Amino acid sequence: MSKDWPLWEVFVRSKNGLEHRHFGSLHAADAEMALENARDVYTRRNEGVSIWVVESKHITASNPEHNAELFEPAQDKVYRHPTFYDIPDEIKHM
Amino acid sequence: MSEDQIKNLEAQFEARIARDEKIEPKDWMPEKYRQTHIRQISQHAHSEIVGMLPEGNWITRAPSLRRKVALLAKVQDEAGHGLYLYSACETLGVSREELYDQLHTGKAKYSSIFNYPTITWADIGAIGWLVDGAAIINQVPLCNTSFGPYARAMIRVCKEESFHQRQGYEIMMTLANGTPEQKEMAQDALNRWWWPSLMMFGPTDAESVHTAQSMKWKLKRKTNDELRQQFVDQTVPQAELIGLTIPDDDLKWNDKRKSYDFGPIDWDEFWQVVKGHGPMNKERMNARVSAWENGEWVRDAAVAYADKQKEYKSKQAV
Amino acid sequence: MEKKDLYNYILGIADNPLILGQRLGELCGHGPSLETDIACTNIALDLFGQTRSYFQYAAKIKGENATEDSIAFLRTEREYTNVLLVEQPNTDFAFTITRQFLFDVYHYLFLEQLQKSKDVNLSAIAHKAIKEVSYHQRFSSDWIKRLGDGTDESKKRMQNAVNDLWRYTDELFHTTESDEAMIAEGIGVDVKKLKNIYYSRINKILEDARLEIPESKWFQKGGKHGLHTEYMGYILSEMQYMQRTYPNMTW
Repeated sequence: MSKDWPLWEVFVRSKNGLEHRHFGSLHAADAEMALENARDVYTRRNEGVSIWVVESKHITASNPEHNAELFEPAQDKVYRHPTFYDIPDEIKHM
Repeated sequence: MSEDQIKNLEAQFEARIARDEKIEPKDWMPEKYRQTHIRQISQHAHSEIVGMLPEGNWITRAPSLRRKVALLAKVQDEAGHGLYLYSACETLGVSREELYDQLHTGKAKYSSIFNYPTITWADIGAIGWLVDGAAIINQVPLCNTSFGPYARAMIRVCKEESFHQRQGYEIMMTLANGTPEQKEMAQDALNRWWWPSLMMFGPTDAESVHTAQSMKWKLKRKTNDELRQQFVDQTVPQAELIGLTIPDDDLKWNDKRKSYDFGPIDWDEFWQVVKGHGPMNKERMNARVSAWENGEWVRDAAVAYADKQKEYKSKQAV
Repeated sequence: MEKKDLYNYILGIADNPLILGQRLGELCGHGPSLETDIACTNIALDLFGQTRSYFQYAAKIKGENATEDSIAFLRTEREYTNVLLVEQPNTDFAFTITRQFLFDVYHYLFLEQLQKSKDVNLSAIAHKAIKEVSYHQRFSSDWIKRLGDGTDESKKRMQNAVNDLWRYTDELFHTTESDEAMIAEGIGVDVKKLKNIYYSRINKILEDARLEIPESKWFQKGGKHGLHTEYMGYILSEMQYMQRTYPNMTW
């Protein structure tokens, strides 16, 4: 038969207060196994306090070929950034 | 796409790498870039998992509990490194099973050093000190390579690798400071592992086919000979410090170059092992293939169980 | 309280993780998948870590320059008091995981009680170890279900392993003289009392895994008195090789 275990993406929160970050991937037959494997593979050195796993096929990724239309329009929206606005020097924090 | 369009894309691609931009899996890339990366990353992954075997050979015989847990943890790390690297390779659209298949059928290469046998405990020290030492020199520049997933995997690998070399050197140091029998064991291991370690950096620059292209793609930052020299210069004082002798009559400090000169490498031996006729090539491959074949029913059962559970859950939902 | 009884009692606990860790260590690099390989090695590392804690404590009690290593490596076969279950070989992954499961469930119940020991050292070791073993138990139980209820072949292999290893389960609940002495002191765990809950937990998982619970009432024993199966000599030959070949050296 020989069916391959699907690929999973692993996200680990390294400590409370931080977001889950993508750590890598692994193979597992089911979600429980993916969690257990993630724990053994990616938190051997105390790297995490919480793990998410998601089967890779469920991730929809943007296409780099569309990067121009997706991301470049945000480049000139300088008014979204605080430095766009002039305030008197006397006001130190705003 | 027309030929001109491809040329144009390639030029843009090379320019991105030259600007130190990272390439990510879904980005357009020249086919040769993809193939070269699949080859190098998988070769690297294979080396990690084949590398588990010579060291794994001593887990049950480690001389103390402290040494046993350190060795177990180290060999386990290598499995982890293999896994990170296979994952990086998979982002290029090739499955781990395909990669295994290439390894098992002899199509893919792995580091030849693992085709030498570990016959005494001191070999475990020598591997950690020399082989991991050489590997680190090869690997550190890769943390900055152009392909994002490979660079990220290497950062993780290098972080974890640093205990390996210290572990090995500590074993050698303990032996060298031990009884005459122990010291002899350490020297014997150094004698056997020294030259194969130098060969780990690959053929001389004159003979190396991939270097120029690899430099451009930041798969390499220095040439084989430069890295080899770095290894020699770094390792000779470490051997002296613990009173072991590098097995090379031609080895001497060159004050002009501020480096050690060393004797000629036996390239015939190198090619013999690369071509599959080293002392342990067959045994290493047999071990990998039988682990994979013996595990097939386990992997299949896990998939079958997962399918049943899914079916069960969807029935429950109705 | 007899110092000897406490010492023997600790060895009786610690020889189990030692020998089971040794068996798991054989598999490192040969597992059915990279992920499983890493997981089994993690369990082995936990077990050796526990072993070291127990032996370091035992060495203090023994005195006379005893160390964790002299205790681990320099006894004769008759002086090892692990149960027969843990020395059984890695015939295939079904045997490995069944052996693990049959031990883990016991190990967890045992440590739960050992946490309450009047001996603060043992209680502290148990407190730390139980978190590890709780995970081992989950890991091996999950695999029992996957393989028991996986394919026809996996079911057959699992049933075979369960049937074979079943005869070594009863011994887990035997006690030696030292055990009884320690139980009387409030230091040791009365394993006899764990038997019912053990089998009810085991049976539940086996049922979930659609495996048959063996009916055999014929059990093997001896490990706790240093009478081992023929496998033990080979385990020790490997494990003790360096210490025996090169005595009195530092590694």
